[in-house]
Amino acid sequence: MTSLDELYREVILDHYRNPRRRGSLSGPHVHAEGQNPSCGDEFFLDLAVEDGVITDLAISGQGCSISQASGSMMADNIVGKRISDVREITRKFKIMMSIEDGDNPVDPERPGSVLGDLESLQGVRKFPVRIKCADLAWTTLEDALDQTTE
Amino acid sequence: MIDLSHLRGDFPLLEREINGYPLTYLDSASTTQKPVQVIDAVDTYYRTINANVHRGAYTLAAEATDAYESSRAKVADFIGASHANEVVFTRGTTTAINFIAYGWGLNNLGEGDKVLLTVMEHHANVVPWQIISRYTGCSLEYLSIDDGFEVDLTTLDDILDERVKVIAVSGMSNVTGALGPVTALVEAAKAVGAIVVVDAAQLVPHVPTDVSQLGADFVAFSAHKMLGPTGIGALWGKPDLLERMEPTEGGGEMISDVQLYESRWAPVPHKFEAGTPPIAQAVGFGAAVDYLSKVGMADVRDHEQAITRYALDRLADIPDLTVYGPPDVERRGGAVSFQLADIHAHDIATILDQYGIAVRAGHHCAKPLMRHLDVPATARASFYVYNTTEDVDTLYDGLIEARTVFGLT
Repeated sequence: MTSLDELYREVILDHYRNPRRRGSLSGPHVHAEGQNPSCGDEFFLDLAVEDGVITDLAISGQGCSISQASGSMMADNIVGKRISDVREITRKFKIMMSIEDGDNPVDPERPGSVLGDLESLQGVRKFPVRIKCADLAWTTLEDALDQTTE
Repeated sequence: MIDLSHLRGDFPLLEREINGYPLTYLDSASTTQKPVQVIDAVDTYYRTINANVHRGAYTLAAEATDAYESSRAKVADFIGASHANEVVFTRGTTTAINFIAYGWGLNNLGEGDKVLLTVMEHHANVVPWQIISRYTGCSLEYLSIDDGFEVDLTTLDDILDERVKVIAVSGMSNVTGALGPVTALVEAAKAVGAIVVVDAAQLVPHVPTDVSQLGADFVAFSAHKMLGPTGIGALWGKPDLLERMEPTEGGGEMISDVQLYESRWAPVPHKFEAGTPPIAQAVGFGAAVDYLSKVGMADVRDHEQAITRYALDRLADIPDLTVYGPPDVERRGGAVSFQLADIHAHDIATILDQYGIAVRAGHHCAKPLMRHLDVPATARASFYVYNTTEDVDTLYDGLIEARTVFGLT
C-alpha cells in the first residue's frame, strides 16, 4: 500500500464526503470553534452534556478531507460516552498521532478496535504537515469539554 | 515560443529529488528559486567584501557601500526609475506598503478621506490600510471583480470623488493571475488628486515594468519573487512624495543629526533605511536583476504566457477542474488557481507532493478574494523562467492521479 493509499483510506473519504452529525444544536449546549489559520480549515462543535455524559453533538465548518473526516469520526465515536472516557479517547488518539507522548495504543501492523474508525487516520503520521489537520477537531473538543467543567 | 530551457541548469535546487521524483517546482508566486549567479554574488560578497555600509573610513567599508549602492542603481535602472535615489530598499513588498501607509498615510489621511482598494488585493495591501484607518478615521472602499476575474471598474465613477486620497491596487493578482487595471486607476486618480500605490510583487518579476511610464506614485516589490534573496525588496516612489513622506523606522543610518530631543533625517532614500540594511541581500538583488535583464523581460513575459496558455489548455482537459482566473494570457500572468472536483486544495497539494510537484494550497493571503470567489481554498500552480511545458505535463499527470486517489474516474 502506498503512503497515499494509507492516507486516503476509503473510510476517510467516506467520512469526508458524508460527514456524520453535521449541523447545530438548538437545546442547551456549549460551543467551541477551532481554526488552522495557516490553511483556513475550520471546525465548529456544539456539545450537549448531561450528568457528565455527552448526550448530543453537532459539527460544522469546512476544510480538507483529513480535518473534516477526523471531526466526523470523532462525532460518531463520542456520543453517549462519559466525559472522562472521552478525555481518555482523546489522549489515545493524540498518542496514536504522535501529538502526545506515550505508547501507541494501536498496533500499526494490526489495527484493532481501540479507537474504531479513527485508527484509519494513522496514515497521517507519515505526513507531518497534515497532523495538525487531524488534530483540529480534537483540540476543539478539548476546548468544549473544558467549558463543561467551568 | 521563446525557449528558455537552457536557463534551467543555472538553478541548482531544481536538480533535487523530492519523494523519489525529480522536483517539479510550481510555486514561484510564493518565492522563486535562485540561479548560481545570485548565490555566487552573495557568497562572494561575504567572502571578500563584507563590512558595514555608509560608515567606515576604510577600504573594505567603501567597497561594501559601493556594492550596496550599485545594486540600488541596478534595481532603479531595471524598473526605469530616473534616479537610483528613487529606490528605497525595504524588507520586501509588505514592509514597503507599510512604509507608505504609515509614512504617507498617517500624515495625509483623516476623517472622511477614503482609501480605494480592490477585493483581489493580497493581505499586504489590505491590512496596513486597515490599521491606518483606525489611526486616522479614514474609510476603505473596494472595487469588486467581475465574472472574468478582473477588477470591475463599472462602480468606479460612483465611488470616485475628492475624498479618495489613495488608490492602492495589485499589479497582478497572486491568486487569479489577473493584471490590475493600473492605467485606468492612474487616470481616475489624476481626476481627483489621489495617489496610486501599486503592489507590484507579482508584476515586476513577470512583466516589463517602466515606472516612468506607469504613472503610479509608489511601486512596491520583493527580490525573492524575482530570483533574488529573501529579506529585501524595494519601494520606488516619486521623488517629491518620498521627500515629503515620513520615515516609519528611526535609528542609525537614517539621520543627518541627532540631538537629545529631536533629529534631522538623512536625505532620501537613506531616511527610510534605519539600521544596518540587508547588504548581502541587496548585492544578490542586484545580481538577480542583472540575470533578468540579460534574459530580457520581454522574453520572460513571452515564455510565461506560452507556458500559461499551455497549462490552461491542459487543465481544461481534466474533468471537474475549475480555474479561477482570466482565460486570456494577454490579461494575466502565470499564477493559475484551481479547484478539482470535491478534493480540497490541501489534499491536492499533498498528493502532488508525493510525485515531487510543489504547488501552493490555501487562501494565498487573499481571504477577501477567496470569500468573493466563494471558495475556502484553491490550489495554485505558478510559473517562472525555469519552468517548461514538461512541468505542466507532470502537473497534469499528478492531477489525474489525485482523481484516482479520491475515487473519481
